[in-house]
Amino acid sequence: MEFANGGIITHDKDPSKAENQIASRNQNFRRSGPSSPAVHFADIRYGLLFAFGQLRDFFRKFIDWWKASNLQGYAPICLGLEDFYIRRLYLRIQDCFGRPISSPPDAWFDVVERVSNDNNKTLKRTAKISRCLNLGSYNYLGFAAADEYCTPRVTETMQRYSASTCSTRVEGGTTALHVELEQVVADFVGKPAAMVTGMGYVTNSAILPVLVRNGGLIISDSLNHNSIVNGARGSGASIRVFQHNTPSHLERVLREQIAEGQPRTHRPWKKIIVVVEGIYSMEGELCKLPEIVSICKKYKAYVYLDEAHSIGAVGKTGRGVCELLGVDTADVDIMMGTFTKSFGSCGGYIAGSKELIQYLKYTCPAHLYATSISPPAAQQIISAIKVILGKDGSSRGAQKLAQIRENSNYFRSELQKMGFEVLGDNDSPVMPIMLYNPAKIPAFSRECLKQNVAVVTVAFPATPLLLARARICISAAHTREDMVKALEVISRVGDLVGIKYFPAEPKKPELEEGRKKVE
Amino acid sequence: MDLANYVPGAFTGLFKNVTELITFAYDVPFARAVVFGVHIGGHLFVEGLLLVVIIFLLSQKSYKPPKRPLTTKEIDELCDEWVPESLIPPVTDEMKREVPVLLSAAGPRTIINGKEVVNFASANYLGLMGHEKLLNSCTSSLEKYGVGSCGPRQFYGTIDVHLDCETRIAEFLGTPDSILYSYGLSTMFSAIPAFSKKGDIIVVDEGVHWGIQNGLYLSRSTIVYFKHNDMQSLQSTLEKVTQDNKRAKKLRRYIVVEAVYQNSGQIAPLDEIIQLKEKYKFRVLLDESNSFGVLGKSGRGLTEHYHVPVDKVDIITAAMGHALASEGGFCTGSHRVVDHQRLSSSGYVFSASLPPYLASAAIAAIDVIEENPQLITKLRDNSKILSTGLLGMQGLELASDIMSPLVFLRLKKSTGSLKSDLQLLEDLADRVLKEHSVFVTTSKRSFVDKCNLPVGIKIYVSAAHTESDLQKACESLKIVAASLFSD
Repeated sequence: MEFANGGIITHDKDPSKAENQIASRNQNFRRSGPSSPAVHFADIRYGLLFAFGQLRDFFRKFIDWWKASNLQGYAPICLGLEDFYIRRLYLRIQDCFGRPISSPPDAWFDVVERVSNDNNKTLKRTAKISRCLNLGSYNYLGFAAADEYCTPRVTETMQRYSASTCSTRVEGGTTALHVELEQVVADFVGKPAAMVTGMGYVTNSAILPVLVRNGGLIISDSLNHNSIVNGARGSGASIRVFQHNTPSHLERVLREQIAEGQPRTHRPWKKIIVVVEGIYSMEGELCKLPEIVSICKKYKAYVYLDEAHSIGAVGKTGRGVCELLGVDTADVDIMMGTFTKSFGSCGGYIAGSKELIQYLKYTCPAHLYATSISPPAAQQIISAIKVILGKDGSSRGAQKLAQIRENSNYFRSELQKMGFEVLGDNDSPVMPIMLYNPAKIPAFSRECLKQNVAVVTVAFPATPLLLARARICISAAHTREDMVKALEVISRVGDLVGIKYFPAEPKKPELEEGRKKVE
Repeated sequence: MDLANYVPGAFTGLFKNVTELITFAYDVPFARAVVFGVHIGGHLFVEGLLLVVIIFLLSQKSYKPPKRPLTTKEIDELCDEWVPESLIPPVTDEMKREVPVLLSAAGPRTIINGKEVVNFASANYLGLMGHEKLLNSCTSSLEKYGVGSCGPRQFYGTIDVHLDCETRIAEFLGTPDSILYSYGLSTMFSAIPAFSKKGDIIVVDEGVHWGIQNGLYLSRSTIVYFKHNDMQSLQSTLEKVTQDNKRAKKLRRYIVVEAVYQNSGQIAPLDEIIQLKEKYKFRVLLDESNSFGVLGKSGRGLTEHYHVPVDKVDIITAAMGHALASEGGFCTGSHRVVDHQRLSSSGYVFSASLPPYLASAAIAAIDVIEENPQLITKLRDNSKILSTGLLGMQGLELASDIMSPLVFLRLKKSTGSLKSDLQLLEDLADRVLKEHSVFVTTSKRSFVDKCNLPVGIKIYVSAAHTESDLQKACESLKIVAASLFSD
């Protein structure tokens, strides 16, 4: 319990100092980021992997010479470099990704052990399971496991409405439950109306194309999620990118674009939509929403906020970054979010003005052509929101919210004290630990798993090739003992793998800033 | 001949003389000049002069039009003056239309506005919705795993039932492997860009649904359309594409078709498509969303229907929200095709995985299909009864195949615009629902949907419909159509 005194109390005493420290570290990372020695070594290591992979491919060619080509006039179905990455890099550490589990993704879960008889090319499930502490799932509020309030209602809905409607929302897929869900979501988010779809990814990628088209402009944060990127591409609008979470650069881009107009014709843009995320899932950072909103207001651009990770997870009553950072929801034109994370369900929503939702329900392909959200999943969302708002008659929701905040801040400050390079802001339940080096990805992941702590390691394509990281997602379901154990294991493995890029327990922040990162 | 010889000779002579003269003229002033024991010929002087000129020219600034970037003030003014369009166009009456709200499960009979109606609006083809076996497996799965999976497949979102479901689907279809997607709509638009990139060629039916259209657009490949379900048009398109493009042999080439078209209810003639594919060496992507569990003797889809070995089709995708009465989608094919998607398919990599209870539902549904092949026969009979019963209607004609469980009625005579056509059809569907308690639906067209097939009434037949349900549907549709199209 010695950890217990550490983080929280220092943080409570002097939050500004702690924040400064983090800010300076983050800046330090940014400044030294791409040119730091760790990144350079990562460069060389990828070079080595590439060279050996190519060498193996070269010999493979000779072996295949004798075998008859089975292509028979077709071009190979997988492209060269992408295929090379999978065969020669990804397959080697395949066991660190996609580990199957055989229980709900709660604070502790059962990881199914896998074996490989062919150098990791294929993995077979075994009957053995190991009980591990779950630091990987987006189970922010702990709704993944059976819940005393939600689960009975979900099973009851299952009996009543069955698992699917087999129909789209505009055909026969709108039940009374769907109508209720949209009202509940709209009220929770703080917007007049909402529309719900069955998948978060589709929400983004099907709604952007109906909001903006040729002649419009989408200004997107450079680290936005793939679903936004795909939605923006699918829209046919022009796309500009601003530096990740940098309002000043956003302003520069906006000024430039409004002054320039459309390329070639220089006609003024029809409309500009600025797309940002509430919490960036790979960085753990909170969006600088107040600044971005005021800039967008000044330049008459519309704000599209993706709260996939923040809705339910942050804010006093779980209403997301707007509540946390004190932004009026009326200033955010389009609010999007998902139910996969905090609510332990599936699907996504769009909330906005009544007219916006009417328009979207008339035109959005996800509403017109996709099966409506599964009724039990809808019920899970309704019940979870009721718990969060305390409408179930208990204070469990408020406790969960307080718990996740406390847990996240404690865990983050402890990690930083140990000398890990942790990204992200306070209050965010997502905390990436930088690894850089490709060899450290499997090392960290396997060693932690050996000691019954399941962490997520992230590499290309989810992050840039050179910025591999481990990502920890804290849940309200984690107890203090769980976290103490996790920190012990991570610290031990961190020493073993050598990823404490900062010196441990810095006494003075300014001293630390001057120092170079050491490997 | 003489002249031909003479002219060049004269020119060389002249040239030689002139050079000599110039050299002499240069050499004169410095003919005897010696610097450090070296004779300076006139040409050195000329070269020195040239060098000076070159250096002089190089040192000069090249001409550039004067640049006057906008001043901050000017940009401020431009920003102030800029008036954006409103976020959405003004809301019209069509947008305000309310859809019928179901008060019970969307089974063959459902409750709308407190009245029991016969439901022909859900693609619950085999009537598996509410099947006891599905309910049991879903409930036990819900109790064991909770509702959501709380993560993408790569990050502890893989639950053992996902893997079981993938194996079960592959085993059922006889393919080596399969991959689950968390939503039917995202299956095609993720799978296509994973296999086709800029420069590759895709030949596609003009009637494909939006999910496929979006996939085609996102792949940035060269897209060539052929006429809806027209094999002659497909052949000539393939011929043309192969001949026009000299590099075609080196590019990846695909034919994309739907087994039963969502926009018309027609069935793709797979046997002919396979012949053409083999002749022109294209790969086939087949969307079996409306045929999986429906066509073929045992519900294995279009390949079984045409007795084509399943490995002839390279990539098969399907949504599980229809016959399987679950949700999500899958893609199946060779190991290579499936494994490639696990890292390259955006809807798989970047999305939370399918809720485990829906995977359990899909497994249970496949079990039920295998155990009860009579469901498929019943569905086929029902489709035939309805299709034949709807022949000879006033104002409407059957556009779908007689075997298709999705019966599609289009207008015999269009009113001229898509909007008024849709309005007419919706009025018809509304009246059928209100006056006869039969719930049918119409095609929907978003402006982003580029499909230009005629719109129509869609009727989803189910094996759970009784003969009297079907008769009621036929009669009520005929009565309403007769009164609407009387003039």
